[in-house]
Amino acid sequence: MLKKRMKQVVYYTILITLVFIVLYPITWTLGSSFNQGSSLQSTGISPIPDQFSLEQYRKLFTETDYLYWYKNTLKIAIINMMFSVAITSLSAYVFSRYGFKGKKTSMISMLILQIIPSFTGMVAMYIIIWKMGLLDTHLGLIIIYVAGQIPYNTWLVKGYLDTIPRELDAAAKVDGAGNFTTFFKIILPIARPIIVFLAIATFTAPWMDYIFPQLVLKSQKNWTLAVGLFEMIDGEANNAFSQFAAGCTLVAIPFTVFFMLSQKFMTEALGAGAVKS
Amino acid sequence: MSANLEANIQKKKFSLAFIFSILFMGLGHILLGFQAKKIKSQSSKGIKKNVLGLHHLLFIKGIVFICIEVLALINLKALSKGIYDLVTLGTVTGEKIMKNNDHSIFLMAEGLIIFLIVLVIFVIYIYSITDVYKVNKRLNNDKYYIDNDYTFKGVINNMFPYFVLLPVALLIIFFVFFPLLFSCLLAFTNYSMPYHMPPKNLVDWVGIQNFIDMFSLPNWKEAFIGVFSWNVIWAFVATFLNFFVGLLIALMLYDKDIKFTKGFRTIFILPYAIPGMISLLVWRNLLNGQFGPINLSLKAMGIIENSLPFLSDPIMAKVSVILVNLWIGAPYFMLLLTGVLTSISKNLYEAAEIDGASAFQKFTKITLPMVMFATAPLLIMTFSHNFNNFGAVYFLTQGGPDNVFPPGSGAGATDLLITWIFELMNGMQKYNMAAVLSLLVFTLIAPFAIYNFSKTKSFKEGDY
Repeated sequence: MLKKRMKQVVYYTILITLVFIVLYPITWTLGSSFNQGSSLQSTGISPIPDQFSLEQYRKLFTETDYLYWYKNTLKIAIINMMFSVAITSLSAYVFSRYGFKGKKTSMISMLILQIIPSFTGMVAMYIIIWKMGLLDTHLGLIIIYVAGQIPYNTWLVKGYLDTIPRELDAAAKVDGAGNFTTFFKIILPIARPIIVFLAIATFTAPWMDYIFPQLVLKSQKNWTLAVGLFEMIDGEANNAFSQFAAGCTLVAIPFTVFFMLSQKFMTEALGAGAVKS
Repeated sequence: MSANLEANIQKKKFSLAFIFSILFMGLGHILLGFQAKKIKSQSSKGIKKNVLGLHHLLFIKGIVFICIEVLALINLKALSKGIYDLVTLGTVTGEKIMKNNDHSIFLMAEGLIIFLIVLVIFVIYIYSITDVYKVNKRLNNDKYYIDNDYTFKGVINNMFPYFVLLPVALLIIFFVFFPLLFSCLLAFTNYSMPYHMPPKNLVDWVGIQNFIDMFSLPNWKEAFIGVFSWNVIWAFVATFLNFFVGLLIALMLYDKDIKFTKGFRTIFILPYAIPGMISLLVWRNLLNGQFGPINLSLKAMGIIENSLPFLSDPIMAKVSVILVNLWIGAPYFMLLLTGVLTSISKNLYEAAEIDGASAFQKFTKITLPMVMFATAPLLIMTFSHNFNNFGAVYFLTQGGPDNVFPPGSGAGATDLLITWIFELMNGMQKYNMAAVLSLLVFTLIAPFAIYNFSKTKSFKEGDY
C-alpha cells in the first residue's frame, strides 16, 4: 500500500510538471496576445497580463497586412487542395487500374523523385516561375505545391485503391460505364477515407511552409501567414512580439481544434492505406 | 513460282520502307501504309466497316512523325544553338551594358530544356525505326491483320491513361524533375558569389572541382564534418529521446493507479496539434537571451545571475534545439504507443506475475520488445524525417550561432545539412556548393526512403 502511494506521488509529480511544461508556452502566448505593450520586454515574466486588452489584435488588423496573409493562405490552401485531390486521385486511379507502356518506369521515377527535398531545385524553379511571368503571384506558388505533392501522394492513394476489389469496376464496365463514370461512381465513394486524408494533408501544408512562399512571393501584401509571422519576429529587437502572439493565436486555435477533430480519422485512413499490417 | 517471286518483291519493298524511315522519320510508315492498303483491297472479305484499318494507323503515325522531324529541322538552328550554349555557358562578357552579357544560368536552363527535347526526338526516331521493322515483319508473315483495338472506340480507350497522365507528367517534368536535374548540374559549375554571378560574370563548367573543394579545402571540410556529425547525432537523439519520453508518458498514463488520464492525455496532445512552426517561433522568443521570459524568470527566482545564452552558445543551442523538438515530438509517440500498449495481451503480464517476475523484468522482457517490434518501421521513418528536419532548426536558431566554423562556409553550430543548403542558396548564394550538398543528402537519405517505400502496400504486392 505504501509502495502504491509512493508510486502515485512520483507519477503525479512528473505528470503535473509535464502539464506545466506543456502549458507554459501556450498560456504565455495567449497571455501576451492580450497584453497592452507590444515588445517581448514589456511582457515581463508572468504569462497573465496586468491589464486585459485587445490592443494587439487591433494593431494586427490595422497596422500589418495580417488579414491579407490570412486570406492569401486560405485561398492558396483551398485551391491547392482542390487541384491536388483531382489530379492525384485521378492519376492514382490510372496507375492502379490500367496497364500501359511505361507504367513501371514512371512509378519508379516518381519514387526516386520524392526522395530529394524539393527545395534543392529552387534555382530552376525560380527561373521557370519567372519566365512564365508568375513571380509574386499565388498561381506560381500553387503550381509548385500541386506538382510537388504528386509523386508521394500518387503512391499513397494508389496503395489504397489497390485494396478495392477489381470485380467492382469490371461489373460497372459490363454495365456500360465509361472510364470516368467508373472512377466517380464506383472508386471515389469507396476511396473516401484516403481522399479526405489527401484533402486535409494538402490543405494544411501551405499554412506552415516558409521556403516556397519566401521564394515566389515578393510583395508584402501577397505573403502567406508563415512568411508574415516569421518576418514579424525576425531580428533582435522583438518589438512586435505581442502582435506576433496574437497572430499565432488566431492561426493556432482553429488549426488545433480542427486537428483534434480529424486526428483519429487521419491515423485510421493512413493506417488502412499505406502500411500493410 | 510466281507467288514466291511476288513475296520476294514485297519483302524488298518493305525493307525499302525500313531504309526510308532511317533517312526521314515517318516516310517508312507512309510507304507501309500504302502496302497495307493494297493488300487489304486484295483480300477485303470479312473485314468490318467500322474497323480502323492498319493502313489508317500507319498513315496517322507517319504524318505525326514527319511533322515532328519537319519541326525539328525548321528549328535546327535554335536547337543546335541551345546545345552549344549548354556546352559553353555563354561567351559574351564584360560589356558596358550588362544586358548584353550572356547570362550563363538562363543559357544553361534553356540549353538543358533543348537538350531534353532533342533527347525525346531521338527516342521517337529510334522508336519509329523499330516500329517500321516490326510492322514490316508482321505484314510479311500474315499479309494483313486486324486488331480489335483498332476500332475508333478501342483506340480512344487505350489512350485513356495517356490522356490523364500527360498533364500530370508535364507538371512533374517542369516543376519537379527539371529543377532537380538542373541543381545536379549546378554541382559541376562555379555558380557562386562573388566572382561568378551572371549577368556580371560568366559561369563555367568545373568538373568535380567542387566535390574536391568540399573535402579538401580546410574551411569547407571542417564545416562539412561538423555539420554532418551533428546531423547524425541530432537525427538519432531527436528520434530516440522523443520515443522514450513518449513511451514513459504512455506507460504512466496506462498505470491503473493513475486517475484523470483522459485529461492528462488531452493536454499532452496539444504540442502535437499546434502547428510546428508557430511553436518553434514562440520557443525562440521564450528562450531569447536578453528579454526571454525564461531567463527573466530564472533571474527573478534567483537561480541564475546572468542570462543564459540558450540559443547563442554552440552547446546550449544544440541542447535547446533537441529539447524544443522533444516538446513538439514526444506527444506523437505518446499517442502512438498508447495504442500499442493497449494491444499487448494482458495474459502475458499475468503469466509473468505467476512466474514471479518483477515490474522491471515485465518492462524489459514484455513491454519493450513488443513496443519496439510494433514501432520499428515508424522509428526509421521518423529518423529519416528528422535527418532533414528543416523547421526544427531553422525556425529556432536559423542554424546559428555562426562563429564555430572557419569563415567562408556559412555553416553554424546547429545547422543540419538541409538548413545549410538553404542558407548557401538563400543568403550566401553559393549555389554550386549547395548543389554538391544536395547530391550528398540524396545519396545518404535514399536507402531510408527506399526502405519506407518497401513498407507500402503497392510495393509489397509487386504491382507497380
